[in-house]
Amino acid sequence: MLSVQDLNITFTLYDRGLAQKQLTVITQLDLDVKAGEVVAVVGASGSGKSLLAHAILGILPDNAQVSGKMLFKGEPLTLNRCQDLRGKAIALIPQSIGYLDPLMQVGQQVQRTAQLSGLSRPAAKAAVDRTFARYRLAAIVQRLYPFQLSGGMARRVLVSTAVVSQAELVIADEPTPGLHPDVVTETLNHLRELASEGKGVILITHDIEAALQIADRVAVFYAGTTVEIAHAQDFSNNKIRHPYTQALWRSLPQNEFIPISGSQPTPEALPDGCLFSDRCPWVTQECQLERPPFLQVRGAPVRCIHADR
Amino acid sequence: MQLGIAAFMLRKLLRLALLLIAVAIFSFVLISLSPIDPIDAYVGADMLQISPEQRDIIAQRWGLDQPMMTRFILWLRQLASGNLGTSIIFNQPVSTVIGSRFQTSLQMLAIAWLLSGALGLAMGVVAGARAGSWLDRAIRFYAYTLAASPTFWVALLLLLVFSVSLKITPICCATPPGVLTKDVTVWQRLHHLILPAATLSLIGVANIALHTRQKLIEVLNSDYVLFARAQGESLVGIIRHHGLRNIILPALTLQFASLSELFGGSVLAEQVFSYPGLGKATVEAALRSDVPLLVGIVFFSALFVYTGNLIADLTYQIVDPRIRIGKSS
Repeated sequence: MLSVQDLNITFTLYDRGLAQKQLTVITQLDLDVKAGEVVAVVGASGSGKSLLAHAILGILPDNAQVSGKMLFKGEPLTLNRCQDLRGKAIALIPQSIGYLDPLMQVGQQVQRTAQLSGLSRPAAKAAVDRTFARYRLAAIVQRLYPFQLSGGMARRVLVSTAVVSQAELVIADEPTPGLHPDVVTETLNHLRELASEGKGVILITHDIEAALQIADRVAVFYAGTTVEIAHAQDFSNNKIRHPYTQALWRSLPQNEFIPISGSQPTPEALPDGCLFSDRCPWVTQECQLERPPFLQVRGAPVRCIHADR
Repeated sequence: MQLGIAAFMLRKLLRLALLLIAVAIFSFVLISLSPIDPIDAYVGADMLQISPEQRDIIAQRWGLDQPMMTRFILWLRQLASGNLGTSIIFNQPVSTVIGSRFQTSLQMLAIAWLLSGALGLAMGVVAGARAGSWLDRAIRFYAYTLAASPTFWVALLLLLVFSVSLKITPICCATPPGVLTKDVTVWQRLHHLILPAATLSLIGVANIALHTRQKLIEVLNSDYVLFARAQGESLVGIIRHHGLRNIILPALTLQFASLSELFGGSVLAEQVFSYPGLGKATVEAALRSDVPLLVGIVFFSALFVYTGNLIADLTYQIVDPRIRIGKSS
């Protein structure tokens, strides 16, 4: 359904006075999502997860230049096509209630979403009623303002926005930050349900455990690039390929609980070779020469020349 | 919620009482210490015809021989019973003068207020939506220039252009000279207040336009607008559904709070156009040492500005759901 290949995003910034500088925040990023599938995108803050979502929706700021290939249903996603598709075929589930207008009743906002997706006013109203009922939101909730919602209600309202739009591709950007475990599970189940209905779901998160609960595949981002796109079961089967993915997995409390030393390189100071080379236990001279291409190792793509060992 | 508003109003009324007491003390002390001699002001040009004995009789009659504290209490008692005294220059009770003068000013102030509010909001929205464009620059240039221009200067400029050169507006006053008040038509009144109202609007626009622009830019950079864009909302749709909703409250507050500037501006504008409103009465009262009228106007303007601020605060209480519902639940 969606395929992103070799995506690069560069921002033009004013450095000092009128001198401009180019800041490449996403390099060689790849991702693909099929219908009926949940693909989790995991990575630390600043690894380019949200930017990818904004790029797919065509809502990056004006000073961003995008290169590379983005295909939606086989057709290139140009800026014009993004404008036509967003809210209709592609929907975003935002992080928090802060993404709703604080002065507008939530029912009205979700109805507006439905109308933007092409429904008439009565049809949109019916869709809101139906969706709120589906997520066990009482009719009265429609007349509440965002600040009146509880954490769980807020999540369900936000998921509702994606459901009323009838979108085929749903991008959930960090939908579970700081929530009660029950609410996290509930939200994740809602996303899984959407995939079962045949939608493609991208779950952006830094919580690898949450991702593994529902994802079919997991794309691991590091410093603006995709280092590996693993199958979900690869993690527990000890088949994960990239040293960064392995380090992430080991750092979980229920595993070895060993943190990775060092930190992700900033966009101003990216290494010339492999982006992970300065923290990698397997690093060799070869790694520092050029960025590793995608290699198929044990049935999945990985950006590491030593992954097959 | 009803209780909340009632408590709010009670608190505000208490503050108003404190404010008025402070105004009373300050104006009394300042006037007492000023070089204005009340008897000179009252007698005026007939000064040479009265003897010192007669002066003493007037002073005794008015209680001017009493100590300051006693005079203050006597005056306060009269004030509390609603007696603001008699205007020396108009020879009428102060409350009557203020009432009739304010009525003349009111139409002009109301038109200026509405016009500057609507125009300023529209300019602010356009500038904010197209931030950085030449249109935005032009609007900001206009706003900064007008905000820095003295009211009387703008008034004189308009007078020169429209009354002197183009001759399409009257040169002074609220009604055509030589016409009885009962024969003046509504159109003639409007024709006369158009320039003073325009002066105040042109200047009043600056504040609200700049504020609205800033607020709209803030809204356009918010997370909820990003989400609206992700849903396919256009710029016009964003302004219609989210922009106006979020900028109208602060704009209303600002516009009500700007009543003080409007009142201050009217003093200058009415002077230039010889428009016989409250602003012009203020200047006359000050120039001709009409202390009762001046103090009356001080009280009235304090009340006027306070009411503006009160309405501004009250709109938030009633309109913003976060305050309206958030407080009660």
